[in-house]
Amino acid sequence: MSEVISTDVAIVGAGPVGLFAVFELGLLDIKCHLIDILPKPGGQCAELYPEKPIYDIPGFPIISGQELVDNLMKQIRPFGPKFHLNEIVDRLEIAGTAEHPLFRVGTDNDKVIEAKALFIAAGGGSFQPKKPPLAGLDAYENTSVFYSVRKMEHFRGRRVVVVGGGDSALDWVLNLHPVASRVTLIHRRDAFRAAPHSVNAMRALVGAGKMDFVLGQVTALKGADGQLSALTVRREDGEVYDLACDDMLPFFGLTMKLGPIAHWGLNLHENLIPTDTEKFETSVPGIFAVGDINTYPGKLKLILCGFHEAALAAQRAFHYVYPDKKLTFQYTTSSTSLQRKLGVS
Amino acid sequence: MTKVTFIDAAGQSRTVEGQVGSTVMETALRNSVPGIEAECGGACACATCHVYVSPEWTEVVGKPSQMEEDMLDFAFEVRPNSRLSCQIKVSEALDGLIVTTPGKQG
Ligand SMILES: Cc1cc2nc3c(=O)[nH]c(=O)nc-3n(C[C@H](O)[C@H](O)[C@H](O)COP(=O)(O)OP(=O)(O)OC[C@H]3O[C@@H](n4cnc5c(N)ncnc54)[C@H](O)[C@@H]3O)c2cc1C
Ligand code: FES
Repeated sequence: MSEVISTDVAIVGAGPVGLFAVFELGLLDIKCHLIDILPKPGGQCAELYPEKPIYDIPGFPIISGQELVDNLMKQIRPFGPKFHLNEIVDRLEIAGTAEHPLFRVGTDNDKVIEAKALFIAAGGGSFQPKKPPLAGLDAYENTSVFYSVRKMEHFRGRRVVVVGGGDSALDWVLNLHPVASRVTLIHRRDAFRAAPHSVNAMRALVGAGKMDFVLGQVTALKGADGQLSALTVRREDGEVYDLACDDMLPFFGLTMKLGPIAHWGLNLHENLIPTDTEKFETSVPGIFAVGDINTYPGKLKLILCGFHEAALAAQRAFHYVYPDKKLTFQYTTSSTSLQRKLGVS
Repeated sequence: MTKVTFIDAAGQSRTVEGQVGSTVMETALRNSVPGIEAECGGACACATCHVYVSPEWTEVVGKPSQMEEDMLDFAFEVRPNSRLSCQIKVSEALDGLIVTTPGKQG
């Protein structure tokens, strides 16, 4: 049975806009749960350009992607948002009525979050593992080819090939080495973009004959019925040969894919969700789309635009969460009630 | 103005004008040349702007920087003439440059 969590608003995506939505909703006494497939909050800012400067955040002449995320996390802390990281929202069920809708989003970790309004802050889509262009790859996914490790036990006693040269590849080589019958690391060059201690640990294992390192690239898969039997490898020296194996874990980084949102019955325009510009609500009442994922005449994919959208969408979401209450507009500077929520008065 | 030719994985060739100072990636996007995704917008953070520099140009174009070489680990079917097109600046010296785009970027 799935675990069911009840809250006011579920936010799909913990990028800068999803994070700021927590703030705007929090000022209105609305509690939030956020779900992101990344292991950390911050979306593109944290994943693609944490060190790069941003020059167009109002009031910050210069701030790096990660600093902005850190600041947002600090800003929303008083509202105690709950994060479900490393999880993708893969399904949506709409219940209730148009006036009092109820949304149930399900994650691949078997959680169900039930909310009175739904914010889609999915940006450029969910960050998903890049799949190498190998013929027949799909047929082996989740049985013999894995982009992440959920169950270590699966690999017990198996011949595992890890492909890549980053931290994920090295970490899994080291973690799986005691479990698998044999681990082989395949990488295109003899240099790694990973923590030096992991690289040293890997080299030590290779030196001791406890695992193998192959300088080369995988060019084809062999096997049947979802079970790999070998990989065809082209070695750096030009030799092409078959390497017997049971499982392959390719780590080529992440790419943004719209993903499951495409199947939720929302109107889509070139992979974007059209909204109005008054409340940023979608074709389904109670579902809002904010940030890079939405589109409307004049839309700019800027963080500051997403922040504005979140503020207006929160006003409308209030009516779904508190249908009988009236909303009065207040400033954080002068409202003691807002300041109490922020924990500063 | 300098010319850049993009050949896609199927062999179709497109020659477009590139502005000196802009990148080969930007030149592709500005001219709607398919085969380059550039998800990170040129931050050298996605490797979805991977190209193969045609052999007669590799020397002029030069080798990737350390950061680019690291990022190439996230590209597929990397070859000695692989480069990330967001890291190549169009210049007079590169007038006539020919690059091939791979079958799959991301
Ligand atoms: C290199 C670069 C430089 C940039 N510079 C600037 C700049 O200077 N100024 C500026 O304003 N903007 C800039 N941007 C754009 C800015 O980063 C985006 O506008 C901003 O990140 C959008 O925020 P978001 O919260 O809407 O989406 P994102 O940051 O894309 O976050 C969306 C999150 O949702 C998650 N997600 C999506 N679907 C699901 C699902 N089904 N389940 C679970 N999780 C899901 C994703 O994993 C992701 O983490 C830049 C972008 C790049 C790439
Ligand atoms: S555009 Fe992302 S690395 Fe070149």
